[in-house]
Amino acid sequence: MTQTAADSPAPARRQRAQLKERTLRTDQWWRYPLVTFIIFTAFLVYATWAIFDNDFFVAPYHAPFASPCLAEAVCPEEAQLFGWAPLGDWYTWPPGLLILGLPAGFRFTCYYYRKAYYRAFWLSPPACAVNEPHSKYTGESRFPLILQNIHRYFFYAAIVIGLILAYDAVKALIEKPAGVGTWVLIVNAILINMYTLSCHSCRHITAGRLNHFSKHPIRYRAWGFVSKLNAKHQELALISMFSVMGADLYVRLVAKGVISFPFA
Amino acid sequence: MGYKAKFRVWRGEGGEGRLEDFTVEVNEGEVVLDIIHRLQATQAPDLAVRWNCKAGKCGSCSMEINGKPRLGCMTRMSTFAEDETITVTPMRTFPVIKDLVTDVSFNYQKAREIPSFTPPAGVQPGEYRMQQIDVERSQEFRKCIECFMCNNVCHVIRDHEENKPAFAGPRFLMRIAELDMHPYDVVDRKDSAQEDHGLGYCNITKCCTEVCPEHIKITDNALIPMKERVVDRKYDPLVWLGDKIFKRSRSTKG
Repeated sequence: MTQTAADSPAPARRQRAQLKERTLRTDQWWRYPLVTFIIFTAFLVYATWAIFDNDFFVAPYHAPFASPCLAEAVCPEEAQLFGWAPLGDWYTWPPGLLILGLPAGFRFTCYYYRKAYYRAFWLSPPACAVNEPHSKYTGESRFPLILQNIHRYFFYAAIVIGLILAYDAVKALIEKPAGVGTWVLIVNAILINMYTLSCHSCRHITAGRLNHFSKHPIRYRAWGFVSKLNAKHQELALISMFSVMGADLYVRLVAKGVISFPFA
Repeated sequence: MGYKAKFRVWRGEGGEGRLEDFTVEVNEGEVVLDIIHRLQATQAPDLAVRWNCKAGKCGSCSMEINGKPRLGCMTRMSTFAEDETITVTPMRTFPVIKDLVTDVSFNYQKAREIPSFTPPAGVQPGEYRMQQIDVERSQEFRKCIECFMCNNVCHVIRDHEENKPAFAGPRFLMRIAELDMHPYDVVDRKDSAQEDHGLGYCNITKCCTEVCPEHIKITDNALIPMKERVVDRKYDPLVWLGDKIFKRSRSTKG
């Protein structure tokens, strides 16, 4: 390919094609950021309501947004994880406040969610080849966005939360195998754990950080499995977001008596 | 069956210019580059366009078609409605030499700033022995045809000219990842990826992947793995502690 320096004495910015339009795209490029904005906003509104809603447990179902329940004063004994409630009577706030920071942090720093909300909320950029409205950009090279690099710590926490949700689902299966809520919790636990395992940090930890796969055959196989899941990371992120919201709402509606058919 | 299509093409030198309207014949099976050539042959003999292979393998005819970075030779006219006006402009991120031809020397400069493949001392060419599974990750990145559409679409430099000195762009961050993952490369590239080539500027919005004509998963397979390697090096206190306790080398070239 040939290249020749332009002779113009004008500043570099002036040497680009002086197109006035923000974009010349003719397709509906605004749909992705708009739909993302609506879905994420709905999720945030629901999560805020759910945190402060106290109907999070109806035996044997435990709403995911309040699991694990770690405070003695606000958690019925059956809702406590292995009967363990490290926080005593003094804690009377909603139990979700104690733990939701971990899955929320995992999703907030997730590489898929970063893409989605940088586009939909920060418009940086709103879509490919559509100019962003900001006059300056430093990305994740400095504070505060450099903190996105703690994603893998939230991944470790998300593994624990995923296991607890699986435990809740198994517990419900043992106590009420024919309950609709049991299967709602099982499907949710599977999707949440698939999303967690499909994470880019997980892919890196399994073997992505190595250069000699051949010396680590077991880690290489694990990397291959995680890579297959990772290819669906966006889909798993969205489906598991809907599933956790749906499962949480279902349990709360059963707890409130709104859903009350025999196999609820 | 042929029809007359409406085209708007950027004409001008050194950045100054305007969109010029044309009505031009289109025949079955043609691509946008064919139409640009027909314009040259019939209405605008001085229209400048860079092209070479017409097979999507040389990376020369990068342009923006209806605002999207595309290869002119790989964009079929059948993907547009017959009454649609098709706008063709040069890549926005690079200075215009004339009409659709841009000066892409920014990319060659960035390429020169990356230390080349460095095998271990004492190993001669011909003595490299590598397992296929050790090199296949890097081989995906070798599909790159250097059309520079990923660097063109990346908003870090597309919308912020001032970031060009600090940011190598997805094409060359991918090159760094390719070398860092290579089993026979001994240069540790993590610190320089972050500090000298601007990996931290990438906010993984994946436009580079969206426009790649070779369908290389630039973000998922090169940029994010490289970001994770930098996290190992610079931002993970557990890794730092493990290195201290077990007296490990800071290199992750395992």
